[in-house]
Amino acid sequence: MSQRRSVLRRTLVTPIALIVLLLAIAALAYQFGSRPINRTVVEMFINIMVVVGLYVFVGNSGLLTFGHISFMCLGAYMTAWLTIPPVMKSITLKGLPAWLLHTQLPMWAATPISGLFAALFALLIGRVIMRLSGIAASIATFGLLGVVNNVYSNWDSVTGGQGSIVGIPPTMNVWVGSLGAAVAIAIAYFYSISRSGLALRATRDEAVAASASGIDIVRERLIAFVVSAFIIGLAGALYAHFLSIVNPGAFYLRTTFITLSMLVVGGMYSLSGAVAGVVVISALTELFRNLERGVTLDGLTIAVPNGVQEIAIGLITIVILIFLPTGLTRNRELSWSGWPLQRRLTRPVPTAL
Amino acid sequence: MTELLQIVFDALSLGSLYALGALGIALIFGVMRLVNFAHGDFIAFCVFAMLWPSINAAAIVFAGNLPFYLLVPLLLLVGAALSVLSEVIVFRRFRNANPATMMIASFALGFAIRNLLLMLYSSRPKSITLWPSLSLPVEVFGARIPMLQVVTITLTLVVLAALTLFIKRTRYGLEMRAAADNFTMARMLGVRANSVILLAFAISGMMAAAIGLILATNSGTADINMGANVMLIAFIATVIGGLGSLPGAVAAGFLIGAASVVLQATLPHDARVFRDAFVYGAVIVVLLLRPQGLFAPKSAKQRV
Repeated sequence: MSQRRSVLRRTLVTPIALIVLLLAIAALAYQFGSRPINRTVVEMFINIMVVVGLYVFVGNSGLLTFGHISFMCLGAYMTAWLTIPPVMKSITLKGLPAWLLHTQLPMWAATPISGLFAALFALLIGRVIMRLSGIAASIATFGLLGVVNNVYSNWDSVTGGQGSIVGIPPTMNVWVGSLGAAVAIAIAYFYSISRSGLALRATRDEAVAASASGIDIVRERLIAFVVSAFIIGLAGALYAHFLSIVNPGAFYLRTTFITLSMLVVGGMYSLSGAVAGVVVISALTELFRNLERGVTLDGLTIAVPNGVQEIAIGLITIVILIFLPTGLTRNRELSWSGWPLQRRLTRPVPTAL
Repeated sequence: MTELLQIVFDALSLGSLYALGALGIALIFGVMRLVNFAHGDFIAFCVFAMLWPSINAAAIVFAGNLPFYLLVPLLLLVGAALSVLSEVIVFRRFRNANPATMMIASFALGFAIRNLLLMLYSSRPKSITLWPSLSLPVEVFGARIPMLQVVTITLTLVVLAALTLFIKRTRYGLEMRAAADNFTMARMLGVRANSVILLAFAISGMMAAAIGLILATNSGTADINMGANVMLIAFIATVIGGLGSLPGAVAAGFLIGAASVVLQATLPHDARVFRDAFVYGAVIVVLLLRPQGLFAPKSAKQRV
């Protein structure tokens, strides 16, 4: 009997295929895309980072979270504090501590620090929240989102309040974006095949049995929570560099639900699903945006009314979910054996909610 | 004394809104384990239904000019119809789906409804003048209370009483309670799943219309996002009250309303803007102390 190949060798093809796919998209956009297309692609890469971060927690633990966008908020503001030139900061953000007021870091240094800041925050708050399970945990993460949003919207001297902070160096392009997405996918992959990731998926599928086998559910959940917060903190930092302004309204309910929808549409229990959901929804959004601008056919310009894009995305999401309740990938992963999609879960797993 | 009375009335009227919202969500959750994230958009839809068919910036109110004995039933009908339609067209296809999938479907439906309103009416808030006499104050034990608050609280109590009677005393109410307790068992014993679920959606839609009426009278405007905040708090109240427990949802709604008003009145001035942070923080603390909710029914306990 031949020895079973290691988990790494059996599954490594998934992240590699995903990263190659994203690099191909980046190259195409860089070579042929117009400026708006490039911006759409960068935005898509940032969304991939967020949704992959959500997958690390939701996909492995089976708990739904509404609070992870607060880590994006933390990362974005930390980047703003670190990279805006001190001259500007001393006018708009008077309340910052002196050492922060006088530092200015380049993007490559500020981004990991922002991720670590979000992860540290997640470690502190997660020690409390991760004791909960089921819908109580989901609502507690909702509470977290509410607290962070309220504080960042009103702490005027440090966050600029409801208004936007401007002056973050706009240093994003498709290559940085695809690098960020690749890093997110790699972290998510290595977490999900790690000891902790396997243990956490065991608790997702059969909490009682896993706990009886000696798995500390709270600890494994906390690890996933921190890892996902790190990824989403990075995404927030890159988002700040992308828009070059930050505003608390950008990190609230709308973003929360749109990224969650992307995850569920793709397939919430697979890494390929997380990426596929973002790519498909972004492509559809871009398609309808173009339709709103108008398409010329035989010298005849046809345009759909403004606002159709959002309505169509909502309806398409519903239709996809009606026909594929477990998402586009049906929770399977990209791989060579059983190309293109290999069955990983034998039955749909009920979530906590 | 009068200040205290003012706070009590503020708390009760805000709590009434949250309680009605929480009921609308808990009713549907009870029978089909769906967290209906479109509820807030149902509320907004009902408010904008008053502007129909005008879509001008300076809204020419059509339905809103009807006398109240026509307007109220009309709006309740609109709410119920929208809610029932969404069940028939969308949610019926998700009977056996994962709750997360259903939740995202309900969010997507709400997203579509909200953007439809946005497309028709643009994002600028519209003014609606409904019953200006309701904003006049009345004197209650020396405190001047807006008439609307008194009406809101009375109406909520009437709705709660009627609903309690309906659920406790009628056959349909019994079926709903049975379905909420154990859906499979209820079906085995002859409860028609679809009709019970339709009924829950209809009542929930009427609740949304009632909230829309109160909000529109209170603020005098129609705004796309007006339902979102109520929906959010109502959802939280449903969980804090103990999922599946209707009295729990109502009680938690009142509790959150009271907590918001009391914090607003007692926090030092500088900290007042952070009131919501305190409310959400309190929600987390309550969940840590009682993860199954304050008034969880016995059936909610997980069996192993």
